[in-house]
Amino acid sequence: MSDRILMKGNEAVGEAAVRSGCRLYFGYPITPASEIAEYMAYRLPQVNGTFIQAESELAASNMLYGAAAAGKYAMTASSSPGISLMQEAISYMAGAEVPALIVDAMRGGPGLGDIQAAQSDYFQLTKGGGHGDYHVIVFSPYTIQEVINIMPLAFQTAFRYRNPVVVAVDGLIGQMMEAVEFNYFTDPEEIPLPDWSLSGKFRHGNKKNVNTSLELDPDKLEAINWRLQGKYHEIEEKESRYDYVGVDNPETLVVAYGTVARLTISAVKKVLGEGKSIGLFRPVTLWPFPKAALAQKAKSAKRIVVLEMSAGQLIEDVKLYVYDPTKQYEFHGHPGGTTFTPSEIEQILRG
Amino acid sequence: MKVVYERPKTLEKVVNHYCPGCHHGILHALIAEVLDEMNLADKAVAVAPVGCAVLAYNYLDIDWIEAPHGRAVAIATGIKLAHPDLLVFTYQGDGDAASIGLAETMYGAIRGMNVTTFMYNNAIYGMTGGQMAPTTLIGMKTTTSPYGRDPKREGYPVKMAETIALQGGTAFSARSSLYNPRAITDTKKYIRHAFELQMAKAGYTFLEVVGTCPTNWGMTPVEASEFAKNELAKFYQLGVLKDVEGSEQK
Repeated sequence: MSDRILMKGNEAVGEAAVRSGCRLYFGYPITPASEIAEYMAYRLPQVNGTFIQAESELAASNMLYGAAAAGKYAMTASSSPGISLMQEAISYMAGAEVPALIVDAMRGGPGLGDIQAAQSDYFQLTKGGGHGDYHVIVFSPYTIQEVINIMPLAFQTAFRYRNPVVVAVDGLIGQMMEAVEFNYFTDPEEIPLPDWSLSGKFRHGNKKNVNTSLELDPDKLEAINWRLQGKYHEIEEKESRYDYVGVDNPETLVVAYGTVARLTISAVKKVLGEGKSIGLFRPVTLWPFPKAALAQKAKSAKRIVVLEMSAGQLIEDVKLYVYDPTKQYEFHGHPGGTTFTPSEIEQILRG
Repeated sequence: MKVVYERPKTLEKVVNHYCPGCHHGILHALIAEVLDEMNLADKAVAVAPVGCAVLAYNYLDIDWIEAPHGRAVAIATGIKLAHPDLLVFTYQGDGDAASIGLAETMYGAIRGMNVTTFMYNNAIYGMTGGQMAPTTLIGMKTTTSPYGRDPKREGYPVKMAETIALQGGTAFSARSSLYNPRAITDTKKYIRHAFELQMAKAGYTFLEVVGTCPTNWGMTPVEASEFAKNELAKFYQLGVLKDVEGSEQK
């Protein structure tokens, strides 16, 4: 199936997971992520996989914890309020170094908020979310094709670093349809079972494996936390990803990700055509944040414009990593489920 | 010389952290004996709880995971589905399995997951220092029911083995104890039966084990055993509540 097909974003998430080698899905219904669960309920039995509708997001994320600790590609998906409930398992998995994949189809908050697309999970995804000093790796694709391209990478990155990974889409990417292509299919039998897996001693040299986030000796826990910080630094160095469209040293630098970046890109191209010195910096990983690249692109910029479907979360990182009081920082947001129109963005960019 | 009893191979040669007179150690040893007898130690993965048994992974020479509080059966579900050939069991306390993890435990039974749960019921939160448990008896004083558990104020003690027995996916649900050799023999028999049923893919298996907490009950080990027998086991009646392989009512 290397031909282009028309597919809904949430279904593409499911198909991409199957083709990445994932055969275990644990989910709980929530708008606008439910089609991911529905697709997996239909698709996994066809490939000898298992779909479980859990009793809650707590249970779904802990089933994922068990399956990933058993050494298998496994996943769950939810939307913002559900992701809040999963923060328990995510913190434990970060502490116990369990490589799980979580998809977040972000919607408006706080609380129940609404069911429209939003980007207000930025803080909870990139700053920890749960308790403890940890980070999850967060990818934020901006098209359905990019979702498809990122999914296998997301699983591989989770296993390479033994760390939870979140693929953050939003309600819009999940709900829209696009022509896409799948050019991979990994046989799960070919994915080696890691030697740390909980799979019975007979599968790993008859020596017991223990997976825990508990260390009661404070000196030892401190050492573990410094080791984890070392791992996070390595991830920051090696896994920061971004995309850039525009002139080399723009006077106006626009920063946006996901759906907003997609809306912005056509506006940027239009004003570029009018001769404006402008560029769009799009973080592909929200954590690790592509800070060195952003600082470099922002060097000669006088004006930095951050566009988000939130009340201003990404802009905190932009200001943190491009700290320069002589620059003009501008924030435009849509918190609550509405989004920018292309003409609105054009107007903003023209200043 | 004929060996009549020896240390189970699967029981680690370490000093455990349990208080004198606590029955967790007996339950650990029984599980180790059954794993040895059934030759399943290298195919077993266990889930440790939050509570007094949080360090159980130090005591049995098998694969272990330490779960968030109450989520043991959800974790076990993930492991079992990843490797259906394994023996997977959770080792939990009453607070873990019947309060914070009630939904997860119930869904093990409702879903009929081929995993086994051991729920050590000593009617109290031991590790956190003696607070009221879902299983605390009416009238029993704890640090959070200092005037004695009054159902008007603190509600009623939960009977887990009976509740689990009602669920369609349950293959086996029983309650046993460890206060004398007879009770210990029954407990071991149930452990083995639960494991056999799990390996035969019969469904969820659940064993509630009425145990002691001398420290938080403020009793000597002997007094605590007597309390388990005369008070706890009177309310939490011992025996098989459900067995898909025919009734084995005591």
